Amino acid sequence: MVQQEQSALEERFDAVVAAEQRIEPRDWMPDAYRATLIRQIAQHAHSEIIGMQPEGNWLTRAPSLRRKAILLAKAQDEAGHGLYLYAAAETLGVDRAELTEKLISGRQKYSSIFNYPTLSFADVGVIGWLVDGAAICNQVPLCRCSYGPYARAMVRVCKEESFHQRQGYELLMTLMRGTEGQRRMVQDAVDRWWWPSLMMFGPPDGDSPNTAQSMVWRIKRHTNDELRQRFVDMTLPQAEHLGVTLPDPALRWNEERGSWDFGEPDWSELQQVIKGNGPCNTQRIDRRRAAHEDGAWVREAAVAYAAKQEERNV
Amino acid sequence: MSDMSWPLYEVFVRPRRGLNHVHVGSLHAADDRMALLAARDLYTRRNEGVSLWVVRSSDITASTPDEKDPFFEPAGDKVYRHPTFYDIPEDVPHI
Repeated sequence: MVQQEQSALEERFDAVVAAEQRIEPRDWMPDAYRATLIRQIAQHAHSEIIGMQPEGNWLTRAPSLRRKAILLAKAQDEAGHGLYLYAAAETLGVDRAELTEKLISGRQKYSSIFNYPTLSFADVGVIGWLVDGAAICNQVPLCRCSYGPYARAMVRVCKEESFHQRQGYELLMTLMRGTEGQRRMVQDAVDRWWWPSLMMFGPPDGDSPNTAQSMVWRIKRHTNDELRQRFVDMTLPQAEHLGVTLPDPALRWNEERGSWDFGEPDWSELQQVIKGNGPCNTQRIDRRRAAHEDGAWVREAAVAYAAKQEERNV
Repeated sequence: MSDMSWPLYEVFVRPRRGLNHVHVGSLHAADDRMALLAARDLYTRRNEGVSLWVVRSSDITASTPDEKDPFFEPAGDKVYRHPTFYDIPEDVPHI
């Protein structure tokens, strides 16, 4: 009997997903679907929050008030994206405080891209152009994810990401119109960020065991390699227009495929960064933990104040 | 410290005058005032709204998905509530 009920629920879930309808928080869903979403959305939220750090590095040293205001707005957006996503994760029955705990204790991951350092102000432009560009490629299909709250959060995120990418590209165009030294700064930043950006799409399809199931569940719409190719094809004309060289000798136009051929990223580097051995892993988590702990008294004071106000109103 | 955690609020935004408030998401805040300020910073950074409501999630009463079919059934068989139920000759104007 229980077995029968279970399979009826599963059938209904499968039918809703197959019909391109959305699963909503209080619907029945398979445990593995819930667990996959919690892991993915939490990781995504953590990435937005940690992602404030590399660029935040330049907030106090932005070269003009205009650039500083833009960078602040961008960092504020990343915080907002993190919060939309934590809220979406919470609809699956987890608690934000618990996710934060898992992040700072290293039990949940964030995107490996944020473990690289930002060495010059050109990095701010390249992050907007390449890193946010890659993020957009990843995120646009997530707007049609089968889980309603995640899909809706992604619609908001994608609307705002476009500003991030464009401000980055404009920053780079400005530098490219500048001095020889400034052009070298841009090329240097591109050289350092190109391969890590390609790795943002995850391991090659052959090494991505969860992809097939996520595609059946309509959480994912395209494989890692498909998205990576799409990103390369989108980016090449932009690089050309900018006047920079992408550091990959294997890049060439493939007439037959109507796409760019490109070289293989160094997957052992990705594995190392994921394992915690990237240039900034320790620094990023330490900073996040310090912010969390140093902010504890503020959270407690707010609760005490709310309690006092409530008492007064009784 | 779970008693230090902030309650969950649902956020509703009126995008323009003349439109309804629409649910846009949720957030944590220690009290109502903080929820309103956080909602402004989180959900209306680009002039997405002219008015905001915040309400504690625990104060919302909702229908449950389990009783979805029986709960909405009363509307299911009342086709006569729709204008298309009625045949009106095509040459009758403005109806």
